[in-house]
Amino acid sequence: MNSESIDIVSPIAANEAVTEAMNRRYSAGFVTDIESESLPPGLSEDVVRAISARKTEPEWMTEWRLKAYRHWLTMHAPHWAKLRIDPIDFQAISYFSQPKNRPKSLADVDPKLLETYDKLGVPLHERARLAGVAVDAVFDSVSVGTTFRKELAEAGVIFCSMSEAIREHPDLVRSYLGSVVPPGDNYFAALNSAVFSDGSFVFIPKGVRCPMELSTYFRINARDTGQFERTLLIAEERASVSYLEGCTAPMRDENQLHAAVVELIALDDASIKYSTVQNWYPGDENGVGGIYNFVTKRGDCRGARAKISWTQVETGSAITWKYPSCILRGDDSVGEFNSVALTHHRQQADTGTKMIHIGKNTKSKIVSKGISAGRGQNTYRGLVKVEKGADGARNHTQCDSLLIGKKCGAHTFPYIEVKNPGAIVEHEATTSKISDDQLFYCRSRGVSEEDAVSMIVDGFCKQVFKELPMEFAVEAKKLLEVSLEGAVG
Amino acid sequence: MLKIDDLHVRVAGKEILKGISLDVKAGEVHAIMGPNGSGKSTLGNVLAGRDGYEVTRGNVVYNGKNLLELEPEQRAAEGVFLAFQYPVEIPGVNNTYFLRAALNAQRKYRGETELDSMQFLKLVREKLRVLHISDELLHRAVNAGFSGGEKKRNEIFQMAVLEPKLAILDETDSGLDIDALKMVADGVNAMRNPQRAFVVITHYQRLLDYIVPDFVHVMVDGRIVQSGDKSLALKLEEQGYSWIAERKLVGAA
Repeated sequence: MNSESIDIVSPIAANEAVTEAMNRRYSAGFVTDIESESLPPGLSEDVVRAISARKTEPEWMTEWRLKAYRHWLTMHAPHWAKLRIDPIDFQAISYFSQPKNRPKSLADVDPKLLETYDKLGVPLHERARLAGVAVDAVFDSVSVGTTFRKELAEAGVIFCSMSEAIREHPDLVRSYLGSVVPPGDNYFAALNSAVFSDGSFVFIPKGVRCPMELSTYFRINARDTGQFERTLLIAEERASVSYLEGCTAPMRDENQLHAAVVELIALDDASIKYSTVQNWYPGDENGVGGIYNFVTKRGDCRGARAKISWTQVETGSAITWKYPSCILRGDDSVGEFNSVALTHHRQQADTGTKMIHIGKNTKSKIVSKGISAGRGQNTYRGLVKVEKGADGARNHTQCDSLLIGKKCGAHTFPYIEVKNPGAIVEHEATTSKISDDQLFYCRSRGVSEEDAVSMIVDGFCKQVFKELPMEFAVEAKKLLEVSLEGAVG
Repeated sequence: MLKIDDLHVRVAGKEILKGISLDVKAGEVHAIMGPNGSGKSTLGNVLAGRDGYEVTRGNVVYNGKNLLELEPEQRAAEGVFLAFQYPVEIPGVNNTYFLRAALNAQRKYRGETELDSMQFLKLVREKLRVLHISDELLHRAVNAGFSGGEKKRNEIFQMAVLEPKLAILDETDSGLDIDALKMVADGVNAMRNPQRAFVVITHYQRLLDYIVPDFVHVMVDGRIVQSGDKSLALKLEEQGYSWIAERKLVGAA
């Protein structure tokens, strides 16, 4: 992220950002003209084998995929979410696409690709040095380059693409992959397990604080492809890491499927902070096109005093189905979920979290901010579960909805299951509207209506934004401005 | 500076202002008094440009411009300021940030250079000092969780920073104790100068002990029924609004 261009406290910059936003609308909507090789559309055991073969995976990996595929065939797409999803033709999707000239190192990366990431503001090249964020970039199905490898290796941190991890660190992958989200966990996780193409792998060894922010940038470019990345992040005892992911896609008339799986494992005293800014193409005003974002994210606080914190800003995608969760297994472990989800036009989101308290004195905190505009539908769905042995467990949930306009909707489904009588579970929920009084007040001070809306929305989201790393907070604020364009008036 | 001519305004189909004419020159302080429901606040809101107020007749010229054609933010940038009777809370939006965004939006409109954070902070500190307000106000969200007095104080603080040419104070004195009232009055008096005009809307004469007006207008049922100097306010204090209301009835008959 380009940290020097925007001053977060500067209203001047904010105003420029809005002006800029008005000119660019969905700015990540361009297509990069780059030769790619794709598997023909369709899904079968042969396709699964072909993906595995292309990546020269070991036998056990191929078998793992096939098992997941066979399981997927027995499953049905979930219908419980408050979403209207047109049927997906899984045979019409290409499950693998990669740029033709695959780079061996960052220096070999096709300049057009670098240009793409440059346009998106991702520091993949020398700018990375300035920004000080290590980046792994995934273009369609494959990872195209990871920066700062040497510096990270010196600290003992492994940060590479999933394909590479399967080749270079098979034992680590084998012992952790699927240990948090098993291949048969749910319909989309099973599909991902069968056909996942790439993603990021992070391993922070005992006692190491990762020396820099790690970041992955996902980009769907090719037509008719799905993106099925798989991320696995392990923090050993006393290790800590902050990880960011960003996502964009070109504007297309058809819906594209993104079904990712993210698994986090935190051992004793480890801490993982995982932040997402999701800006997949949301479709147009009439709901044509856009990404189906069906993602399974789960963290396992496997050790005592482990901490996993999810922060997400979801502004893109036609449909979002996503519940980043924490299994609080270790005693005194802590789970957090901070979310801003925005739906505009015909976007739909059903998102929230699951906090599963198993260990003693486990704590969880949920802050969910849903913003609906246009005809957007926004649902918070959360489960707080306290198991029998979780003495002293505590949860606090705060769930706020903001409505802009009269045709949108906000829905809240909090599920609470408590099997331990000593647990303390609190839930607060509010629904508010941007009032005419607030808008008039801002305008009477000289602030335009558009700026007033973004200011009020920004204030509404502040609690979550402050959990984001600085560069992402700026990005997130800008994204909300762009996404809300034309929401009022 | 401000010339209101035969202004008629409807709110939700009901006529509230029934022909208001008022001439305010730079440097003057006009007090508008009247019983509840006489249309005082409506006048303030119409001048600031709030939605839902339908002008059915008359016009308002402000510094040579047709004020009613301007958007609220344009009016603000042209120098019109309304201190709200009920200032609005904006949770999560920092007071300083808000005010700087407002000031810079106005400056941009006027073709002036925008202030950076250092310049802005300097300006703000200076205003706080003049108004005897603690800088704790700067770190809070706009009016969120403020007491009634703090909200009114914040309005005066905003006015001081934005330095309007025409300031309309809508019952800024309501709900204030005597100390807060003095503070508000001191703020206004410190800003009085030959280039700036004030329209002070109030229900009580009390505020006018501290902000001494050049003109007092009494509004009853959407009309200005009597105008005079500050002695008129004192007379109202002694005799209430009933004698005026009677006059109005006589006038109507």
